[in-house]
Amino acid sequence: MADGPRIALIDYGAGNVGSVCKAAEHLGFVVQVTADPDVVRTADHVLFPGQGHFGQAMQRLRETGLDRVLRQVVEAGTPFTGICLGLQLLFESSDEAPGVPGLGLLQGTNVAFRAPQKVPQIGWNDVKILRSGSPLDALPDGTHFYFVHSYHAVPVDPSVVVGQADYGVPFVAAVQRQNLFAAQFHPEKSGDAGLRLLAARLGAPC
Amino acid sequence: MLTRRVIPCLDIEGGRVVKGVNFLGLRDAGDPVELASRYDAEGADELTFLDIRASDQGRDILLDLVERVSRRLFIPFTVGGGLRSIDDMRAVLLAGADKVSIGTAALRDPDLVARAANQFGSQAIVVSLDVRRVDGRFELTTHGGRQATGVEALGFASKVAALGAGELLLNDMDADGTQAGFGCELLRLVADAVPVPVIASGGAGTLQDFVDAAVQGHAAAVLAASVFHFGTLTIHQVKAALRAAGIPVRLPPC
Repeated sequence: MADGPRIALIDYGAGNVGSVCKAAEHLGFVVQVTADPDVVRTADHVLFPGQGHFGQAMQRLRETGLDRVLRQVVEAGTPFTGICLGLQLLFESSDEAPGVPGLGLLQGTNVAFRAPQKVPQIGWNDVKILRSGSPLDALPDGTHFYFVHSYHAVPVDPSVVVGQADYGVPFVAAVQRQNLFAAQFHPEKSGDAGLRLLAARLGAPC
Repeated sequence: MLTRRVIPCLDIEGGRVVKGVNFLGLRDAGDPVELASRYDAEGADELTFLDIRASDQGRDILLDLVERVSRRLFIPFTVGGGLRSIDDMRAVLLAGADKVSIGTAALRDPDLVARAANQFGSQAIVVSLDVRRVDGRFELTTHGGRQATGVEALGFASKVAALGAGELLLNDMDADGTQAGFGCELLRLVADAVPVPVIASGGAGTLQDFVDAAVQGHAAAVLAASVFHFGTLTIHQVKAALRAAGIPVRLPPC
């Protein structure tokens, strides 16, 4: 029986749960895929993946009551890691679903990439570390990660941005505030670099 | 800056990797999971598995393969070949694929693209277009390029992009398997017309072919099978050539 952290991987029907789970298991972590509020509240670490539509994802979170639970665990100081849409949902809103409130844990919104860039952005982009003290420090500055997204976050407080990349415009690649860390890219699909980032974020398993 | 992707394609039959010239004269050559791991280590940006003789009996073998790959590899991979319905696609995605590629089924029923995108998100839907020049215009074909359909390629590409395809895989059937170069004229025509990324496929033989597809053809990604599979070129060589031509690529740490 592993003595590593109890990791709750939030399953709310939004995509990449399976691949995040496999990556964490590959690293030796024991992961509980769950939508159970009690499991989430008592976890040592909450992984919040996401893929798909901002509005539909928020609707699912509200229907299941997970929106409140997620706010509670973040406010209680539980280490919390958002991935892709799981970063965007931390903010107050998105142009993808006008009028739909996000989790509002971070101030700001999400806006779309624009032509002439191809949308979605699909592929590997290099992430510049803007601020030290995040899991990005486990990798060299400028490491490439795999992105798939049409929208990107625009935080009110620029000091939460720890990683930035460029796609016609500079955009937020990773944010951190206290116990909260989130990546716009997919560490579970970013090869060795992504696995090293996940390992650094989750802490080495026993 | 977003880098151009280099994608090895593994043609699968009965759970094994095969590749032939113009889809004829197949040569058995390898275990998919081993090959996939080798490509990952060499710096492949993604992988594509194409089940070339998709059959109902072969589906379980394919799903087992997808599951095994997804436990060993942590880069994105696409699965295509004979996927006809939402249920077919769901099974492959649940087994661990990141994207599905649909061709003939999209041609038969373009609305399938919209339904699939709605179910799984556009990011999971690649529409594969097998194109060949017929009487001076670009037409979609089926059956490995042997059957013309009369459907004009550029219009159809724009249509499926509008319906929700997240990427288009453009296979130049005049060049496929010949290693005589991607068809850059066709590529550029489509890549400049659609708002989504276009992956160039078919015919890569030399480093210059890859550079041409990116520089002249405006491809967001280049996909090839034979040259990588038989070791004619390595992924690293292709990326080094792209970089030398001023195209940003991801070079893995040595």
